[in-house]
Amino acid sequence: MSTADAVAGVLWIGATLYAVFGGADFGAGLWTLLSGTSERGRRARGLVDWAIGPVWEANHVWLIFVLVVLWTSFPDAFASVMSTLFIPLSLAALGIVLRGSGFAFHKQARRLRYRRFAEHLFDVSSLLTPFFMGTVVGAIASGEVPVGNAAGDPVSSWTGAAPLITGALFVATGAYLSAVFLVSDARRAGDQDLERYFAARALGAAVVAGAIAIAGLAIYHADARYVYDGLVGDALPLVIVSVVCGAGVLAILWRGGRRGARPLAIGAVVAVIWGWGVAQHPYLLPKSLTISQGAAGQPTLEATLIVFAIAVVVVLPSLGFLYTLTQRSVLEEGDSAHRHPTGSG
Amino acid sequence: MGLAEHLPTLLAVSSELAPARSQMAFTLGFHIILAAMGVAFPAMMLIANYIGLRRNDGDALRLAERWSKVAAVLFAVGAVTGTVLSFEFGLLWPEFMARFGDVFGILFAIEGIFFFTEAIFLAIYIYGWKRLSGWAHFWTGVPVVVAGIGGAYSVVAANSWMNRPGGFELASDGSVKSLDLWKVIFNGAVPYEVPHMILAAYLVTGFLIASVYAVGMLRGRRDRHHRLGLLIPLTVACILAPIQFAVGDTAARAIADHQPVKFAAMECVRKTDTHVTEYIYGVCTDDGVKGGLGIPGFDSFLVGFSTDTKVTGLDSVPASDRPPFNTMLHWCFDTMVGIGTAMIALGLWLAWAWWRRRDIPSTPWFLRAVAVSGVAAIAALECGWIVTEVGRQPWIVQGVMRTEDAVTGASGVWVTFAAALGIYAVLGTATVLILRTMSRRWREAGEGEVEVPYGPSEPEPPAVEAS
Repeated sequence: MSTADAVAGVLWIGATLYAVFGGADFGAGLWTLLSGTSERGRRARGLVDWAIGPVWEANHVWLIFVLVVLWTSFPDAFASVMSTLFIPLSLAALGIVLRGSGFAFHKQARRLRYRRFAEHLFDVSSLLTPFFMGTVVGAIASGEVPVGNAAGDPVSSWTGAAPLITGALFVATGAYLSAVFLVSDARRAGDQDLERYFAARALGAAVVAGAIAIAGLAIYHADARYVYDGLVGDALPLVIVSVVCGAGVLAILWRGGRRGARPLAIGAVVAVIWGWGVAQHPYLLPKSLTISQGAAGQPTLEATLIVFAIAVVVVLPSLGFLYTLTQRSVLEEGDSAHRHPTGSG
Repeated sequence: MGLAEHLPTLLAVSSELAPARSQMAFTLGFHIILAAMGVAFPAMMLIANYIGLRRNDGDALRLAERWSKVAAVLFAVGAVTGTVLSFEFGLLWPEFMARFGDVFGILFAIEGIFFFTEAIFLAIYIYGWKRLSGWAHFWTGVPVVVAGIGGAYSVVAANSWMNRPGGFELASDGSVKSLDLWKVIFNGAVPYEVPHMILAAYLVTGFLIASVYAVGMLRGRRDRHHRLGLLIPLTVACILAPIQFAVGDTAARAIADHQPVKFAAMECVRKTDTHVTEYIYGVCTDDGVKGGLGIPGFDSFLVGFSTDTKVTGLDSVPASDRPPFNTMLHWCFDTMVGIGTAMIALGLWLAWAWWRRRDIPSTPWFLRAVAVSGVAAIAALECGWIVTEVGRQPWIVQGVMRTEDAVTGASGVWVTFAAALGIYAVLGTATVLILRTMSRRWREAGEGEVEVPYGPSEPEPPAVEAS
């Protein structure tokens, strides 16, 4: 394995973390969008607010991580993607700005007049980012991004069947992941009604995501042949792992069980992402730029790996410390209930 | 389908250079205020924390707790505007990134570690108010301050590199070869540009916090809480202001040396000459400066400590290699220096009163001056940033790559620029409204009633609430 492959692996780790945690976060926005005005829907929104608040910033950092590694180590690919896919990436960024503002303000805004407006804004933005990120991935997979400054078509590159179905798949997958996570959160909160509520939604989302994935394979067969061949070739074991994990989650939820659903759901998504990576290896941009062609010079690649190693050594223990502290505070939250009578109201 | 086909043509308005530069300038000019506070606010908070613990001072501790929560809100908004910038590198300047991403990009990877560390420890610190003992809690705040400075170094060093590029050689086809990353990370402009920006962050934050408490005191809230809230940040800023003046003076001389055309634009020097007049304000024209206050020979003296010093003029390079908006650049530079001088005067005023009577000056004019100082510090920050960025034009990488060659080939940047204007207006307003709400709630209800990003006291899970 070359240094460039190792850095591409690091890039994929970042993309995986963003897809799993960011995807679940954005997916939660879909559920609050669909939660309606009923008392149950209101409680569902409260649960989402409670569950994703503490982890949001971490999700955000994975995205920055992916961007930085891409422009440092594969600058031509970065420039080609960002310029050809200017429109969907601008819309994805818009979603991130709105969603990020939601994070910055939501605890205060809960008591403001504009709260409902802010919530709707956040919910809609939760659809924007995963959908348009999906079209970006679909456009890359179907070879619509040639090397160069805005060398591809600004519109048709991402409005073909493959990009659109990939966008839909991203939205459905995020919704599925977050529903599975929220089942666990509801159980942690001791609310059996919401546990059933989100289990039903997880099942529904799983079926929809599965259907989109099958349709997507057919479309990839026609429009993204290189990646399709990889998915049913070298990457087939990973695709099978993903299907098995997905079916496992379905079985668990169907039987009303909970244990194991979360790791299996994560496994299903991770396997697909790495399946995609294997399928388009050795290409960064299928058929126009390989990893070794697009890679930066050796000193830069090595520096990126060193910085990544330092990040792991510095950041993971700090995150662990923070996690311990927050869990402690969650456990003690019960006695603070009187201090915040308005709560998530 | 008609629209989809014609959209690119409709959106293509000649070159994207003007909207791309406007959008970058606007979003960066917005972010720089939040970034400055992200760098320096944690230090103010820790100083208050230290005083609180050392003197067993409840007022100081309360200030530290409130400031940590304000810092969290500002940090979260800054994370958003910072992410926008990382998109913009690619969306607006793909040719720049394609060619030099592998040269200076690593600085942003390093910045990423500092940013993440700062976010995590800020969260730990905020959680720690109720979960950790006094000094242990204090020490969890130290990484926030260190990471803030480290992050500022990384980002500003990237900008320094654009001003004084080095550490690489270009092959005959223009591609980069033989890279020396140490010379990128410690490039020639780092020694003056990085300290200048970090000090600016501390000055902006110090004067801005102090100005909030000065307004409170002018409205009659003259308790100890307000006095401390004014004195801690104001003392820090007043001590640093003269240091900043010296660093800025060094920077200006280094720019005269290494980016002489930028310097000529800042000072409106038309012809290369000795005994060059220093103009304070005035309009820059082809025939020299009209109006303004001229001090003969002083510009030469400032550059080389002698009026015989030769100062390079704008006409040393063809018109296409000169920065635009000369008069604006000149006014920005003079305004920055003027505000810096006024800050030093404010510091001397405070020092005099403190030496005589161990108190802040008793006249309301002092509080009024402090109340204005926050906005003035931001104005100085923006002026300095304009001088750095517009003064480097037409280059994105000084002498190596022109901005017009870096810009995206995609169309529609004026749409994203318009969107950025609208969204950031709302974002800025919301930030100010939220901070005002927090402050009002603190006045009315005390500490427990304010929740912030990164902080505990999330809403209870629904079941707990229902029980």
